Amino acid sequence: MSVIFVLISASLIIATGFLIAFIWSVKSGQYDDDYTPSVRMLFDEDNASQKSETKEIQNKSTKTT
Amino acid sequence: MEIEKFQYDNKIVKQFAYATMLWGVVGMLAGLLAALQLVFPATNLELPYTTFGRVRPIHTNAVIFAFVGNGIFMGVYYSLQRLLKARMFSDLLSKIHFWGWQLIIVLAAISLALGKTTGKEYAELEWPIDILITLVWVVFGWNMFGTIIKRRERHLYVAIWFYIATFVTVAMLHIVNSIEIPVSFWKSYSWYAGVQDALVQWWYGHNAVAFFLTTPYLGLMYYFLPKAANRPVYSYRLSIIHFWALIFLYIWAGPHHLLYTAVPDWAQSLGVVFSIMLIAPSWGGMINGLLTLRGAWDKVRDDVVLKFLVVAVTAYGMATFEGPLLSIKSINAISHFTDWTVAHVHVGALGWNGFLTFGILYWIIPKMFRTNLFSVKLANMHFWIGTLGIILYAVPMYWAGIMQSLMWKEFTPEGQLKWQFMDSVTKMAPFYAARALGGALFLIGAIMMCYNLIKTVKQGSFLANEDAEAPALSNTFHAHSKDHWHRWIERRPVQLMVLSLVVVIIGGVIEIVPTFLVKSNIPTISSVKPYTPLELQGRDIYVREGCYTCHSQMVRPFRSETSRYGEYSKAGEFVYDHPFQWGSKRTGPDLARLGGKYPDSWHYNHMLDPTSMSPGSIMPTYPWLLDDKVDVTSTVGKIKAMMKLGVPYPEGYENKAAADMQKQAEEITANLKKDGIQTVADKEIVALIAYLQKLGKDLKAAPKEEVAKLTN
Repeated sequence: MSVIFVLISASLIIATGFLIAFIWSVKSGQYDDDYTPSVRMLFDEDNASQKSETKEIQNKSTKTT
Repeated sequence: MEIEKFQYDNKIVKQFAYATMLWGVVGMLAGLLAALQLVFPATNLELPYTTFGRVRPIHTNAVIFAFVGNGIFMGVYYSLQRLLKARMFSDLLSKIHFWGWQLIIVLAAISLALGKTTGKEYAELEWPIDILITLVWVVFGWNMFGTIIKRRERHLYVAIWFYIATFVTVAMLHIVNSIEIPVSFWKSYSWYAGVQDALVQWWYGHNAVAFFLTTPYLGLMYYFLPKAANRPVYSYRLSIIHFWALIFLYIWAGPHHLLYTAVPDWAQSLGVVFSIMLIAPSWGGMINGLLTLRGAWDKVRDDVVLKFLVVAVTAYGMATFEGPLLSIKSINAISHFTDWTVAHVHVGALGWNGFLTFGILYWIIPKMFRTNLFSVKLANMHFWIGTLGIILYAVPMYWAGIMQSLMWKEFTPEGQLKWQFMDSVTKMAPFYAARALGGALFLIGAIMMCYNLIKTVKQGSFLANEDAEAPALSNTFHAHSKDHWHRWIERRPVQLMVLSLVVVIIGGVIEIVPTFLVKSNIPTISSVKPYTPLELQGRDIYVREGCYTCHSQMVRPFRSETSRYGEYSKAGEFVYDHPFQWGSKRTGPDLARLGGKYPDSWHYNHMLDPTSMSPGSIMPTYPWLLDDKVDVTSTVGKIKAMMKLGVPYPEGYENKAAADMQKQAEEITANLKKDGIQTVADKEIVALIAYLQKLGKDLKAAPKEEVAKLTN
């Protein structure tokens, strides 16, 4: 059973790591804006190459916003 | 601000995509073979390499680490570059990562077929491969964090958070669970024993599901679902809550795989509580995925990619609803050790992982090859045949699982068990056949996809380096940094986190593990003795042949189990078990109390042809055990390793072990001779019989008062 201490400490290390990451993310403004990131990720490859499709979407969403 | 021009690396994505397709088909083929073996035992082919006990680990490892693993890397390498507006950190690292991972897969397949296994589910690979996995994983992390650091987009989209959690946690789980002491290049013993080993194993096992099959795929869902639907995720805020809640809760849920076992009650309860709480973030994620399509359900009708993604997210919802249910002790009492669990994991594996991977492949390949999908019609057929396959797989398995459990538990009015165990095996045939058919349909769908995508690749022209541009990330951003060290952390949070984790883990493991574990292996039942050298060799054969894939060694404290098998299992019985062999599935009966139940000759005949002793058995035959010799030279090393792990053999025993081994083997051959069986003492079958006859023997020999004390 003593292995539970190993597991708890390992889990806590992970948890602490996540806590640090969480604090960093909040402090550095990762979550200040909880809307634009979801939209921004949709526009990223319009200059890459391909189809007219991407442009259409852009037009559509500019209308809606 | 200056706009920088750069290129996305599509080549590495393409390579991982091809590997995903290849290993997907291979892994599913292995699964189909395993399924057929339960219906037609002849398909075990009477070869060591193709028996169920070895095929099953090949199947699970192939679909999890080869198919889903490559799927993760494909999706991560595609989405990470675009979300961060940066090429992968290093093309060389990408290359090492890709070829390293494929090398691991090939080594894994070969070594598992040869019976080189640690005997711990989903962590079967032996120590040299474990080390290789660690190295390649570090390369992956290095490449990923390198990209994150040189990103041109300050904000880390939620998918990336999922990728980071995946990397960090899998590294930790893999290292902690794989601590083992090498005996030879292809043989090691788990550092932990019995209850300890079980706890570590299922802490790992459950989180392998959580952080290999779930979090990376959630990251992929958060990228590819909005992309494919061309609309933002339903609630970005919900996705943030989803992420943090999920990773916090998941890590504690492992003990729900050990309910009603010899693990202490409080640890079981802890697992139950966290497992039930898990439904909240899981369903938050599912709802977030499905509601992304609000107002766009017409697209699902037309777009085959979305069809796959929607069924994947729905399957995720079903599996994560069922998971907490199965973690409730009274439900687990019914479901555990049955095919219900198999149905549960396959809803997740086929539906969630399989369909999400297929959806991503159908989306990503035409894009990178600048063309349209070769045949939308064929893809639609794949969708329907795959869905049908999932249903045909899952429904019979649910039915089978519940039926098994009810048969195992049913008593006659006179208070006798109503069914022989064998009845629950023979009744399964139609269900296992239907399952094999469902699996075959799913595989046919996957092959159709490969054909479709190969045709797509042929008609398109590949864009290896995709031009992109974005402004550089300015270095002047300091959100809250006031003093010097804090600013340093802000600029290097990732390195700091990774480095500190590595340092703490290594230190902690080296210091804590040996001191704790060796001491705790002092037996708590006076009659429980270390394995004799012959029994130890026999146990290694048991592990090698993967007996644990069908047989448990854990009698739970239920009347139906104690009547069938005998006294329920105690923690103190397993203190010398490196690794533990409790198993998770009873395709065959529990073996914890097998010792002394049958004569040696019964086992001999049974291993040669199980149906001769148990008519109706679907167990494979093991003729090679009758011919192959035990490698006597390995005994010294094995005993020494066990002594290092704290097993109390007398000092210098390794040198006397060979003589003891010979003596015990001759006793068994003499026994066999009485029943008219001629064999030689150094055959593997003799060692295996010694081990099987040892099972449960020590507890039977325990003083009555001591057992009574343990029982209360």
